[in-house]
Amino acid sequence: MTNPPATSAPGLKEWLLSDTPQSAAQARCQRLYLAWLSFAANPIAMLGLAIIVVLVVMAAAAPLLTGGDGTEQTLSNRLQPPSGAHWFGTDELGRDIYDRIVWGARITLYIVGLVGIIVVPVGLFVGTVAGYVGGWVDIILMRVTDIFLAFPRLILALAFVAVLGPGLENAVLAIALTTWSPFARIARAETLTIRNAEHILAAKVQGASTARIILHHVTPLCLSSVIVRLTLDMAGIILTAAGLGFLGLGAQPPLPEWGAMISTGRQYMLDQWWLATIPGIAILTVSMGFNLLGDGLRDVLDPRSGGSS
Amino acid sequence: MTTPLLSVENLSVSFDTPKGVVEAVRGISFEVGQERLGIVGESGSGKSQTGRAILGLTPGRVSADRIEFDGIDLRNAPARTMRNIRGRRISMIMQDPRYSLNPVMTVGWQIAEAYRVHTNANRREAKQRALEMLVTVRIREPEKVYGLYPHQVSGGMGQRVMIAMMLIPGPDLIIADEPTSALDVTVQLQVLAILDDMVRDRGMGLIFISHDLHLVSSFCDRILVMYGGQIMEVLDTGAMHRAEHPYTKGLLNCLPDLARRQETLPVLERDADWLLSRDGAP
Amino acid sequence: MIKVEGLEISFGAGANQVHAVRGASFDVARGESFGLVGESGSGKSTVLRAIAGLVPNWRGAIIIDGAALGRKRPRALHKRLQMVFQDPYGSLHPRHTVNDILKEPLIIHGMDDRETRILKALDEVGLGAGYRFRYPHQLSGGQRQRVAIARALILDPEIVLLDEPTSALDVSVQAEILNLLTRLRQERRLTYIMVSHDLAIVAHLCSRIAVMNRGAFIEEMSSDQLRTGTPEHGYTRQLLLASKGYDRAAIDQFVEFD
Ligand SMILES: Nc1ncnc2c1ncn2[C@@H]1O[C@H](COP(=O)(O)OP(=O)(O)OP(=O)(O)O)[C@@H](O)[C@H]1O
Ligand SMILES: Nc1ncnc2c1ncn2[C@@H]1O[C@H](COP(=O)(O)OP(=O)(O)OP(=O)(O)O)[C@@H](O)[C@H]1O
Ligand SMILES: [Mg+2]
Ligand SMILES: [Mg+2]
Repeated sequence: MTNPPATSAPGLKEWLLSDTPQSAAQARCQRLYLAWLSFAANPIAMLGLAIIVVLVVMAAAAPLLTGGDGTEQTLSNRLQPPSGAHWFGTDELGRDIYDRIVWGARITLYIVGLVGIIVVPVGLFVGTVAGYVGGWVDIILMRVTDIFLAFPRLILALAFVAVLGPGLENAVLAIALTTWSPFARIARAETLTIRNAEHILAAKVQGASTARIILHHVTPLCLSSVIVRLTLDMAGIILTAAGLGFLGLGAQPPLPEWGAMISTGRQYMLDQWWLATIPGIAILTVSMGFNLLGDGLRDVLDPRSGGSS
Repeated sequence: MTTPLLSVENLSVSFDTPKGVVEAVRGISFEVGQERLGIVGESGSGKSQTGRAILGLTPGRVSADRIEFDGIDLRNAPARTMRNIRGRRISMIMQDPRYSLNPVMTVGWQIAEAYRVHTNANRREAKQRALEMLVTVRIREPEKVYGLYPHQVSGGMGQRVMIAMMLIPGPDLIIADEPTSALDVTVQLQVLAILDDMVRDRGMGLIFISHDLHLVSSFCDRILVMYGGQIMEVLDTGAMHRAEHPYTKGLLNCLPDLARRQETLPVLERDADWLLSRDGAP
Repeated sequence: MIKVEGLEISFGAGANQVHAVRGASFDVARGESFGLVGESGSGKSTVLRAIAGLVPNWRGAIIIDGAALGRKRPRALHKRLQMVFQDPYGSLHPRHTVNDILKEPLIIHGMDDRETRILKALDEVGLGAGYRFRYPHQLSGGQRQRVAIARALILDPEIVLLDEPTSALDVSVQAEILNLLTRLRQERRLTYIMVSHDLAIVAHLCSRIAVMNRGAFIEEMSSDQLRTGTPEHGYTRQLLLASKGYDRAAIDQFVEFD
């Protein structure tokens, strides 16, 4: 029952299902494995995961998958329809659209990744502190959150970019500033349901400080709802980024940002449909992928459906 | 007891887990009329899963030759029928009140809501009924308690709030899963008396799940003793001391006795043979 | 060891104020085991929580070893006074392994030798090292309660507060946990304050018992007095009668005490 993980596949499976894990790492692997099993049983969630994996592979292997970096212009090749040589055709400057889509995956991932890295800790911090400490701290933090929540996201992002100046980094920052507030709300709601749980009282009796309770006891329980929300929000983030790109406020030419590609392709919409349609399909597919993934994750991670036995 | 309200034949519940199949309930049969049926047994013996299977509330795989409630086959009843039956005609008082109550809504609101879901009462009527119900389950100062959140009420009050929620639509059958485990003995008996009245006056059926053997034997008309998902024996009211099965006797022995002082309590010695009788494998 | 004098606790304010504890006074000697019984909602848990420092607003005096406790507890005090909660399903963090749960108090109090201490604690409550890396959902109710007891004992406290430690457990597991608590108390000379609504359990584990009703202490007696059925207060006699089982006629005679 306690084979080390290095042995053959059946040994590994036993190791993952053993009733007596021998180390913290094994216990963690077991939990992940069981979560994976129930995730894998959901074909739609797996489709979402597959889409995201393809996106990541595309971004990572972009130099291998394409001939250039998506910015070389061949003016003699302008506006070619899709063909064997140019799978998705070429744009108004003769750049291969397939290349640009593949390189654009990097930009898309860069945006969602960075936004996620900024937004999750900020939302968790504000939400758990407000929910756990309560009182004035709660009122002040939640008023600030509400102010951010009250504006339509794209408008607020536009305002920020207008102040910060156009550019990819500023677009990320603007999107992050407009995205964190719902995360704070979720983390706070989750914190309210667990702040009086007996295991939190037990930590208090042990002498744990408020900071320790928030960090070690409350946050892990809020994390899963926040991550689910993040994956579901990814579509919105991508669309906002595309919207900023479309308005010329996000990634600057010649970067192959999908939203900016639609924006320029728009002028050729009637005669050269592929210029705007292909990046549009890319945005749609990736947004859908994140949504399906988020739905599947919610089923697995939701503390109310799992956990208790 | 002429026409059973609920009859169950050969009910099994199993779970497919990554570690293999867990058989929680293994082919049990019983009937409930307008009476008090007790189910006792140790933890994990399948008591709660039996109750949940009747209402189609278990995540496990249910199979049965018959689950019939008042002439309705519950095994493959459409979701609509089940929704109508659940709550209004059969109520289940769940174990763990703290988990069944919404932590961010007041307890009074939750009781009133339970009433509004099943009737078309307006808010004021519902609140009135909810307050009456709190009085019925012997909560003192119901107006105050109405506005409290679940973490602000004591364990026993939480349990009575759950009971009030389940009684408020006036069901025909109540499945009470350890409804009184957090109550002190006097209130416990008073709550049981309420259930008892409903059985006598309204002809309700009651399935009372508990591991308090003394209480069940003094309260119920019939008692099923469960172990490992099977029924070990069926006892009549007050016949606990005449129990034959070593398992029942073992459980009785574990209880501390108010009448005499013991240094250590005997613990249950389980015997795999108890399960062999039926399906030939432990 | 512990002396509580004129403890008053109320929650909320204005019309919704709940006066949960009204002037509770008792003292418990070192190595003694003291029981609290009483009606549901009578403030038993609240008394324990006040001693454990989980209730912010209380008046009166709580004195441990001659030192009166203030609102703010020094960290060292938590080491001497631990608590086991009623609900073994709610009192363990669902995302922490048994190892994490037992390590937490050691980290908070900066104790070393964690590995040995954890193994020893598991061993003491009758769980082998095989349970060390399980998550709470992989344990039965009784095993969880053992982990909760191990967590309370790992800091080597002198006082353990027990809030209905067995009410969520079935009778066979209850017997095991009660035996465990008896053994640990003898081995370590622990002082217990235990809340329960089961008179037989309190009489089994405790030598002295106080009865609470509506936030006030109405009677204190020895467990032998309870056994022989000679309590004085009407409410206690009613409790004793009720613990004999369901009897419709007797229930209708029950009265409310104030
Ligand atoms: N979701 C599940 N997956 C796998 N096994 C389960 C699940 N739910 C319950 N079981 C198993 O079914 C068996 C019966 O559980 P059940 O809840 O009916 O016990 P019980 O008699 O009500 O015990 P208790 O007195 O502790 O409430 C147990 O062995 C349990 O492990
Ligand atoms: N945080 C709180 N806010 C408001 N009221 C509270 C709070 N905690 C407890 N109370 C009230 O204090 C009273 C005593 O509660 P307590 O939990 O001490 O009862 P108990 O004697 O332990 O009862 P039980 O046996 O049912 O657990 C109850 O009326 C309860 O509503
Ligand atoms: Mg159960
Ligand atoms: Mg209590």
